[in-house]
Amino acid sequence: MEHIVIIGNGISGVTAARHIRKLSNKRITIISAEADYFFSRTALMYVYMGHMKFEHTQPYEKWFWKKNRIELVNAYVERIQPKDKKLQLKGGEDIAYDELIIATGSQPNKFGWPGQDLKGVQGLYSKQDLDGVEKYAPNNKVCNRAVIVGGGLIGIELAEMLLSRDIPVTFLVREDSFWNGVLPSGESEMINEHIREHHIDLRLSTNLAEIIPDEDGRAKAVKTDKGDTIACNFVGLTAGVSPNIEFLKDSGIATGRGVMVNRYLETNIDNIYAIGDCAEQKEAIGNRRPIEAVWYTGRMMGETIAQTLCGNKTEYKPGHWFNSAKFLDVEYQTYGWVFSEKSKKEVEKHFHWRHPKEKICITVAYHGDTRKFLGINTFGIRMRHDIFDRWLTEERGVDFVMAYLKDANFDPEFYATYEADILAEYNKVMGTAITLQNKSWNRIFKTA
Amino acid sequence: MKTIKNIGLVLFLIGLAIFTALPVLGTFDLSPKDLDDFINHKGIKSEVYISDLRQNVVGKSFDGMPAFAPKVTSALEQANAQHRNNREYEKVVYAKPHDMAAELGKIAGSGFIVNHKGLVWFLTFGLGILGALLFIVPNVVLLGKKGIKNNGIYHENATNRGWIAWLVFIFLTSFYLILYFRPEYAVNWTFLVDPISESLSGNPAGQWFVYGFMYCVVMVVMAIRMYIKYRHNMYQMIRTTSVLFFQIVFAFLIPEIMVRLQMPYYDFKNAFPLDYDFFFSWNIKELMASGSIGLFILIWGIVLTLVIVPVMVYFFGKRWYCSWVCGCGGLAETLGDPYRQHSSKSLFSWQVERWLVHGVLLFAIVMTGMTLYSFFTESATILGIKTQSVQNTYSLLIGAIFAGVIGTGLYPIFGNRVWCRFGCPLAAYLGFVQRFKSRFRITTNGGQCISCGNCSTYCEQGIDVRAYAQKGENIVRSSCVGCGICSAVCPRGVLKLENGPEKGRINPTQVLLGNDVDLMDLMNK
Repeated sequence: MEHIVIIGNGISGVTAARHIRKLSNKRITIISAEADYFFSRTALMYVYMGHMKFEHTQPYEKWFWKKNRIELVNAYVERIQPKDKKLQLKGGEDIAYDELIIATGSQPNKFGWPGQDLKGVQGLYSKQDLDGVEKYAPNNKVCNRAVIVGGGLIGIELAEMLLSRDIPVTFLVREDSFWNGVLPSGESEMINEHIREHHIDLRLSTNLAEIIPDEDGRAKAVKTDKGDTIACNFVGLTAGVSPNIEFLKDSGIATGRGVMVNRYLETNIDNIYAIGDCAEQKEAIGNRRPIEAVWYTGRMMGETIAQTLCGNKTEYKPGHWFNSAKFLDVEYQTYGWVFSEKSKKEVEKHFHWRHPKEKICITVAYHGDTRKFLGINTFGIRMRHDIFDRWLTEERGVDFVMAYLKDANFDPEFYATYEADILAEYNKVMGTAITLQNKSWNRIFKTA
Repeated sequence: MKTIKNIGLVLFLIGLAIFTALPVLGTFDLSPKDLDDFINHKGIKSEVYISDLRQNVVGKSFDGMPAFAPKVTSALEQANAQHRNNREYEKVVYAKPHDMAAELGKIAGSGFIVNHKGLVWFLTFGLGILGALLFIVPNVVLLGKKGIKNNGIYHENATNRGWIAWLVFIFLTSFYLILYFRPEYAVNWTFLVDPISESLSGNPAGQWFVYGFMYCVVMVVMAIRMYIKYRHNMYQMIRTTSVLFFQIVFAFLIPEIMVRLQMPYYDFKNAFPLDYDFFFSWNIKELMASGSIGLFILIWGIVLTLVIVPVMVYFFGKRWYCSWVCGCGGLAETLGDPYRQHSSKSLFSWQVERWLVHGVLLFAIVMTGMTLYSFFTESATILGIKTQSVQNTYSLLIGAIFAGVIGTGLYPIFGNRVWCRFGCPLAAYLGFVQRFKSRFRITTNGGQCISCGNCSTYCEQGIDVRAYAQKGENIVRSSCVGCGICSAVCPRGVLKLENGPEKGRINPTQVLLGNDVDLMDLMNK
């Protein structure tokens, strides 16, 4: 029986395994040194915050793996020997494979800062990182202040975690406004305000210069490039992640920043594939980056590779871009492409609306010449994925999207709705006279 | 603010301690005249019982119910045993000894508690309410910006099955055991609410009035907690208001006022088979003897179960009843909210749930079938089984122990919907309608789920919501009561409770939205 070995039990590897099992009877082994069972990485924060226990982050009960004949091995893969089609585990044991899927995910970036390897200095990615936060920042007695370096999605999650235990947080952000390499300025500005109203010491345009150790080799302060020294007991490094592929050097597998793959997720070596955060597309797909360290893309690659390995060779073809996140209390969703001022092309135009009091806003991107709808960012309003996916496929115009915005609303029942306000503002700014259409179940559930 | 909270906690605990001590306090002395009135009113013919009471109880003063109760219960037990022995069945007193003890205690009660009902009410209910509010209301400020407020739930002793949780379990269980099986120990509590009862129904309070009043008080206080905790979520605000309204008006006020108007006591929202004794012959006879209002109630009860309930479930899902109207649901959604995370999500629990809840439904139907058969044929047995014994078994096992003692007692250990999930026959019935013929579903938002597990953790009904959400499937489970918390706690806006066309309600998906693998297939075809 063909033996498929998957290195990594994150969302990519586990999705691949599940779909291979659905489609075939092949032998499947998943190897991970991080945890015995698959857990949701995105939920680690909630364990520290006391919303959940670690076991709640595991989507499948233990019997699931046995029932589906997915063998789990808790081990660290030291090297891959493609010629012999086998893996060498730490401790000396070998595992032979017929097909190998590399799904080893990411690791937090460290940019050579002095002191970056001190005790109490870490990223937030793995289960071990969670244990680290629990150890070095269990409460505000042990940790009087934490400094977080890097203003992205993980940074703000880490800040939220620490705040939940009343630990004061200083947040160093390289950019002059939070995440404004990705978010348009209006949104970025709103999140700055939201961070500050949570009493986080947000320091924009500030870089880490060095981390200063105490006599036990533990972080006791950080120095910024502005010359400030901030006393702290914990430093979170959240300046992005990069593929976790060090163990592949000398294996003959071609790597760049990640494992180089083609659209079929094949590496340069037969029978070896790479998916998820660690894979790097030789050519970027559409507006996407060559490496996408996003939950959803990891899952999609898992779905795709399973098809290929089960006899239906399938190109990785992610559909319309979507993503979501949560900034403290504010939920964020995006469908299609909305670029920030820093990265958008001249022809991309934005319509922005923000609620006068609440932390609610939207930005709609459209083509300046054709008025084609390009994408939407929403903060504090939930939107229906189906609808936007359909509108993007149908290449709707921005006026159409604004008129039918009610169809796309996904907020819970009885929530205040803002479509009328949004459209009034839109008509004013754009000089249009569009009337708002009522929500229609027929349109919403129309199957393509 | 923290200080206010602490003061509140202390006041609450003082009130609770006095309340807890009341069953064993007080003075009981039965005057000869009171006893004569009681005997005449009850039509008691047992001279053995009467003389026992005259000799051992009347004219003596007892300190606390523990001294009084054994005398009066044993008097009845011994008298009945003697009459049965002598085959003097006309003299046997057909009442439960503990109910009789409660009635005598109510008459015999005297001293401080009886003379200072208002003051003692304040020292128990009053301090409890005041303390709880002082503990809860500062959260308006302390919880900070509106949003999800689940920080520390698994770090707190009380909400993580620590010793506080076990104490709450013991308290709740004992409270229900007294209500159902030792009502004489609730007599002192009834004195405190006599003025309220008299102003409503005109009668002094019994233990069930204490229960009803307390139910409302607890729900109001804990609803205020809900309003503060979920102030960003309009669905929760409106839903909480709704359960509160139906409890106070329909379950508490209207039945009491009906009694004052010489009408039968009836809770218009309590649908059969949750209201399991609706078709018991004593109830039907009472209703038929109550003129047009009785007849109306009889027809209403039948129409409620057969027409209104399923039609509403078709349009709105069973949530309209279970988490918007029902009293059991109301308590679960207010008092029980801090414990919702304890419902087990394992496959095993689901299997147990299906057998149990449908088993209880079957039991209720069989029992009611026997009841109606006996009612119309006037035969007490069916196939040699006594209808009365089946009714008694159901009342004890399901009505008292499952719904009351275990159902609420286990809140801090197994979550706030133990009864609704594993035992309620009405929930099982509504579940069938919801699963197979309803417009209600929890829509999963395309491919947005990140499998974090907040939804599953906080599902009070033990549904593994994430298992569906991460596959992009809508949730149409029969047990869902539509409390809306999964949608509230989802950090990515994945879940929405909604009523829509039946077509497309169930959406099996191979590959989630966002991945275009199936487009390839379409092109090849």
